[in-house]
Amino acid sequence: MVSVEKEMKVFDLEAASSMVKELRDEFLSGKTRSYEWRVTQLKNIIKMSEDREQDIVKALHSDLGKPEFESSIYEISMLKNACTLAIKKLKQWMKPEKVKTSLTSFPSSAEIVSEPLGVVLVISPWNYPFLLSIEPVVGAIAAGNAVVLKPSEIAPATSSLLAKLVGEYLDNSLIRVVEGAVAETSALLEQKWDKIFYTGNSRIGRIVMAAAAKHLTPVLLELGGKCPAVVDSSTNLKVAARRIVAGKWGCNNGQTCVAVDYILTTKDVALKLVDALKHELEGFYGKNQLESKDRSRIVNSNHFARLTKLLDEDKVSGKIVHGGERDKANLKIAPTILLDVPRDSLIMNEEIFGPLLPIFTVEKVENSFDVINSGTKPLAAYLFSDNKKLKEQFVMAVSAGGLLINDTIIHLTVDALPFGGVQESGMGAYHGKFSFDAFSHKKAVLYRSFAGDAPVRYPPYTNGKLKFMKALMSGSILGVICALFGWSKN
Amino acid sequence: METLRDFERDLEEMREYYSHGKTKEASWRKTQLKGLLTLLKEKEGDILNALKQDLGKHQIGILIKTLNLALDSLRGWMSGRKAKLPQIALLTSAEIVPEPLGLVLIISSWNFHFGLSLEPMIVALAAGKTVVLKPSELAPASASLLATATSTYLDNKAVKIIQGGPSVGEQLIQQRWDKIFFTVGSAHVGRIVMSAAVKHLTPVTLELGGKCPAVLDSLSSSWDIKVAVKRIVHGKFGCCAGQACRAIDYILVEKKFTRTMMELMKSMIKEMFGENPKESPSIARIINKQHLLRLKNLLKDPHVDASTVFGGSVDKDNLFIEPTILVDHPLQAEIMTDEIFGPLLPIITPEKIEDSIQFINSKPKALAIYCFTKNKTLQRRMISETSSGSVTFNDTIIQYAADTLPFGGIGGSGFGRYRGKFSFDTFSHEKAVTRRSFLTEFWFRFPPWNNHKFQLLAFTFNYDYLGLVLVILGLKSYRQGLNDI
Repeated sequence: MVSVEKEMKVFDLEAASSMVKELRDEFLSGKTRSYEWRVTQLKNIIKMSEDREQDIVKALHSDLGKPEFESSIYEISMLKNACTLAIKKLKQWMKPEKVKTSLTSFPSSAEIVSEPLGVVLVISPWNYPFLLSIEPVVGAIAAGNAVVLKPSEIAPATSSLLAKLVGEYLDNSLIRVVEGAVAETSALLEQKWDKIFYTGNSRIGRIVMAAAAKHLTPVLLELGGKCPAVVDSSTNLKVAARRIVAGKWGCNNGQTCVAVDYILTTKDVALKLVDALKHELEGFYGKNQLESKDRSRIVNSNHFARLTKLLDEDKVSGKIVHGGERDKANLKIAPTILLDVPRDSLIMNEEIFGPLLPIFTVEKVENSFDVINSGTKPLAAYLFSDNKKLKEQFVMAVSAGGLLINDTIIHLTVDALPFGGVQESGMGAYHGKFSFDAFSHKKAVLYRSFAGDAPVRYPPYTNGKLKFMKALMSGSILGVICALFGWSKN
Repeated sequence: METLRDFERDLEEMREYYSHGKTKEASWRKTQLKGLLTLLKEKEGDILNALKQDLGKHQIGILIKTLNLALDSLRGWMSGRKAKLPQIALLTSAEIVPEPLGLVLIISSWNFHFGLSLEPMIVALAAGKTVVLKPSELAPASASLLATATSTYLDNKAVKIIQGGPSVGEQLIQQRWDKIFFTVGSAHVGRIVMSAAVKHLTPVTLELGGKCPAVLDSLSSSWDIKVAVKRIVHGKFGCCAGQACRAIDYILVEKKFTRTMMELMKSMIKEMFGENPKESPSIARIINKQHLLRLKNLLKDPHVDASTVFGGSVDKDNLFIEPTILVDHPLQAEIMTDEIFGPLLPIITPEKIEDSIQFINSKPKALAIYCFTKNKTLQRRMISETSSGSVTFNDTIIQYAADTLPFGGIGGSGFGRYRGKFSFDTFSHEKAVTRRSFLTEFWFRFPPWNNHKFQLLAFTFNYDYLGLVLVILGLKSYRQGLNDI
């Protein structure tokens, strides 16, 4: 069977530039300003997710071996929730926010108007290729922007499915998908955007920010980091172990920016924790954990090689206390736990992003905080403890994008919380209303009256006027009265 | 002059100091803020002198207001806020806790020097940060006053002033900061700062400039017209002689009103600055020779020269340029492409005032748009059809005084915002903190997965409590079954 080859159009600088121009012209026509347009797109996204759920699940399985459960719940349901919330709250979010005005600008009224930024670029990663592509797009659309989505080429089935679905369900005059790899991404980054939203690693994050700097484009970077879980002796080890397993291997097999990267605990707890983890792992994945269908595989051979390198490092290979088996052909690595890894090992210094869980032991549990703070700030940090004082210390001392006590990952599902990093783990935040705000310009609008025009504001300046203005600007009514009478306030 | 190694050592010490946690304490922050209040009160005379030497503008009142606001609001700002959770999240609590970002670099401009240096510093300290301020070398008197005054009134280990020119600035931006706050105006330098910030993934706030237009619609009352023109004249020539990011850059007025407005403007200028403005103490000088020559060159263009209807004289030795008005000069002249930043006021005269919107949109986005009109339709169109940092109706500049409004740009005029609580947020990281209990569990969260768990979790995610109960009771099913893949 011979298929007719379509002429492959190269997406180069010229193509990128003309696409951005088209989108900008369409944006300037005002179409996205309407509530109706935005709600229609959001409803279509929900429809797309429901109608094509099986296609999406298939693509995710093809790219990542992702179990249907994770695809349906952690990707599709979460996305639908984001849309539903946006549809429910959009009218409220779009309304200008009235603010109080002060004596200085009396009489006046003021408000903050949310305005779309314009034409925005969303670059998404391979690990949650559906959710992390469309969720930022939801925020962009809700805020009234035109959007270009560049999904990751490392998840090719999902990337081409997204191109197809966006083409079918959404308004292509304002929402586009550009597939490709380095060349296409570079062509896109050369353009002038009104915002760039990037989810991925900090090396590419820097490339994105550098490109954005040329056009003074603001960026939102969702990067990663080594998310630690501190386990205290006061905790319920069984439940903690279960939640840690769920937050590591149950989340795309550890290939999640907020997955538990490593554990910090004291020596006396470590062994008990290892047992508890082993017990839960067997409960989740049975005896043959390498082959279990309830875990995603490693995304590709590059990452497989990267992970095995971490395991095979001399100072670490002897520290495996569970797992370690691999199946190169099928890109699988068994859930692996390592105990007492050295501080300077590769596995303790690079973001793991895989099914390897090192446990690092400290003398006192409080020392964990120093270990965490000695590294770069992570996207999330977890603490399992029943000790009130320790919990408060944790919140005060540990700087991370978000903190979760006594569980893992689920803080992402709270749309009233901003989701974002700090320093090396990123800048800016989204989810819920934070997404709407991330893609909006908050324009200050002040309405003044012609009445009440005080001559004291204008030159020629005299000492009397100076006194009055100072008092007025500092909001001091007494000062104003004194100035009017020519008295000094002191 | 500090060397690069000196900077790096100083910064390391400041980071070390910050890591001990002292600056996070409310009491430390209050002490710094009170120290600044005392500085402003005790050194008022010196400050006014320094400002007169540099340019002659008073900004103390706004600073005192910001300090008082910060002191009054500190507890509230520091305490964070609770986040609402869905009912299903039993025995779980969530809140957003503001955390200081660490070490911040503030680079300030020369035009409202005290204000633009101290305003962000006040709130950075309120947010618990350690601060390095690099004041502008173009305003040396106030720069050195800032240096000596802050070392007396503030915690030296946490606040440092580093003086110097562009090369010092360049070295500073290469260091590792937790935030850079930059208010020097030019987009070109803004790009350099942001590019340098990439190395350490430092978030930046850029307060740049742009050509801020003022649109003057026809007004029926003669009182209103007078007030409007007065405010326009003040918003240009009375605002550091036009050398302010938020000063009016150019005006748009309907052709048929140009003559009336011109006459009014001339009389206002006389009223405010006297017959001979050069003698008036109420108008500022040009900051230095370089800028004076730049402005002189804008006027030199023969077409621009021909359209000068008022003023135009330049006194190089006294760094003085007369308030100058131009009407109907060519639109492609340099005076209409770059930000003027001086006392030259071009007037554009469209046939209909609504055409202003298209004209404004043809230029890069400005920090502020000023629009004098009582026409509600024009007001609505101005807000929804143009984009700028802010829009002020029937006045100029004063939006900065409203600390409940965010002050900041968009596009070429910058990004990020400050004033009031917006400053506090700019200097903080909003840390999401969630606390769960061990007592409640969604057991269907955990593998091995099966259809039943799937159904339960799907309903949980959709907050469909009734559906959840029905599934548990076996009275409802979400799907037929998991498909084999």
